[in-house]
Amino acid sequence: MTLDPVTPDPVTTVTVTPAPLTTGTMTPGTTGTGAVPTGAVPTGAVPTGAVAPDAVSCHGLRYSFGRTRAVDGVDLTVASGEVFGLLGPNGAGKTTAIRCLTTLLPVPPGTVRVFGHDAARERMAVRRMIGYVPQQLSADSSLTGRENVALFARLFDVRRRERAERVALALEAVGLANAADRMVGTYSGGMIRRLELAQALVSAPRLLMLDEPTIGLDPIARTGVWEHITAIRAATGMTVLVTTHYMDEADQYCDRVALMHAGRVQALDTPERLKAALRDRRGDDAAPTLEDVFRDVVGGDLDASEEGGDFRDVRRTRRTASRLG
Amino acid sequence: MSVAPAGRPPASAESAAALGLAPLLTTPRARPGWLVLPARVGAMCLVELQKLRHDRTELYTRAVQPALWLLIFGETFTRIRAIPTGGVPYLDYLAPGIIAQSAMFIAIFYGIMIIWERDSGVLTKLLVTPTPRAALVTGKAFAAGVKSLMQAAVVLVLATLLGVSLTWNPLRLLGVAAAVLLASAFFSCLSMSIAGIVLTRDRLMGVGQAITMPLFFGSNALYPVDVMPDWLRVVSAVNPLSYQVDALRGLLLGTPSHLLLDFLVLLAAAAAGITAASCLLGRLAR
Ligand SMILES: Nc1ncnc2c1ncn2[C@@H]1O[C@H](COP(=O)(O)OP(=O)(O)OP(=O)(O)O)[C@@H](O)[C@H]1O
Ligand SMILES: [Mg+2]
Repeated sequence: MTLDPVTPDPVTTVTVTPAPLTTGTMTPGTTGTGAVPTGAVPTGAVPTGAVAPDAVSCHGLRYSFGRTRAVDGVDLTVASGEVFGLLGPNGAGKTTAIRCLTTLLPVPPGTVRVFGHDAARERMAVRRMIGYVPQQLSADSSLTGRENVALFARLFDVRRRERAERVALALEAVGLANAADRMVGTYSGGMIRRLELAQALVSAPRLLMLDEPTIGLDPIARTGVWEHITAIRAATGMTVLVTTHYMDEADQYCDRVALMHAGRVQALDTPERLKAALRDRRGDDAAPTLEDVFRDVVGGDLDASEEGGDFRDVRRTRRTASRLG
Repeated sequence: MSVAPAGRPPASAESAAALGLAPLLTTPRARPGWLVLPARVGAMCLVELQKLRHDRTELYTRAVQPALWLLIFGETFTRIRAIPTGGVPYLDYLAPGIIAQSAMFIAIFYGIMIIWERDSGVLTKLLVTPTPRAALVTGKAFAAGVKSLMQAAVVLVLATLLGVSLTWNPLRLLGVAAAVLLASAFFSCLSMSIAGIVLTRDRLMGVGQAITMPLFFGSNALYPVDVMPDWLRVVSAVNPLSYQVDALRGLLLGTPSHLLLDFLVLLAAAAAGITAASCLLGRLAR
């Protein structure tokens, strides 16, 4: 078994003591990801170098809203520099999990680490490292695009000297340079999503968390958003954690994906290996798509379950879609 | 079994340069702790000013109500001379009260904006910036203050046009601005706290409507405390609006007032409001 250490991020070299909870040294046979290996799908082994701490590592993450156990024991690690997809049906707990990682929801100390920083104890340090785009369209429609980005530059302490330049660059990177001084109220859904990307980029985060960045967008706008995400990632080397309902997107753009259902990670690996594993199990020649894997992992459960995609989830999705017009 | 490395080819400085993103690669340095609060307050106030610049209709429509108060109520009661004002024409006496009232109305419905921001995801994103909750609330409180200040300026001009002789002493006007800012910081935090409790816009509207009139009538904005029944005096004594009006009268008209006490109460009220709203903001984040 050969283990290629993850190349340390060349851009932001912040020395952080390796998190004691991450699997720093690997022995053959252990999985680098802490995913619960349920079912027959093998979990992928991703080497974790002792030098660069994982972008995200969470262990036994749980969060309940009253009696709803939205996240029910999630273990996963996102390696520095990868594009990691979090997939799952409505109500699977993806948004809740992301909100725990962003310090929006309180988590017990020791469960979540972002680049080695504890999300419970070092909130501000964690927030400085992440750029977050929530599921709803969150740009302020009564400001211009530039003002929206400049606000986030200010809130992340970008100094006045470099602010204008950074804001302009971030807008340019998402292809909004020409629309920058228009009111966001006049933007299309795809433009708003790209603007939000610019808002997240302006603070040079090491980890970009995108909650359904392409929800409600037409196919061309979807491709546009993804092209910008991949270009930015290639240029900056940032880690991307993304949730999506679109299996084709996950297959095409994600290095690894985790399939979530009912608050748990049911399978975690590269899309290729997940598909290969399903083909091996089925034993037929037809190449399964990631969607087949998804159905295989959660599909049977979906029809029977009452919880998945409850009214609340659908309503929220609709609301986002309707704001998109 | 061989394990593939995670991630696609790592980024290089050249690829960043190719996209022209180089200046976007360095994470900004954190400000020293004591500068965070003023920086955030500045950022929030600026956003409020930008919004006012894009859309001034609110400024105009909101001027209607105070104009009516001054024109109808003020002119009428000036004639009736029913209210003992200590020798000041009633319209003059009323003007500071209406400035305070209209500023309060703006602040007390500021929570609606917070709820809108929560529903639209704007608040969520603000909460993920390196901004402590207290700094965020203080920023919002002063942003509401900026709006109130604009409103106060409009009413001040209106009153002058109606012939009220108010001071133009810049120092006194600065004091007026401070009183308006502090009071609207309190009232907007009250509103944000209620928003944190009731969580929906409709309920907040209801609560807001229910408390504005008692706050207004239970203050010295329309009549002096001396003419109030005892129970109303108690309300007035614990009502920050009364202290604001007292300060405004003292500063604008030069009538006898208790400026030190007024400002101390307003400061304490603002601090208490910010504390309460910061504690309750977490409920909106969930
Ligand atoms: N603020 C909340 N209050 C109460 N329950 C909530 C809240 N947010 C989420 N839930 C519940 O938690 C569960 C997980 O929701 P979550 O939003 O994390 O799912 P999701 O995977 O993001 O779904 P979707 O694909 O629809 O966005 C659902 O059952 C949902 O109803
Ligand atoms: Mg979601």
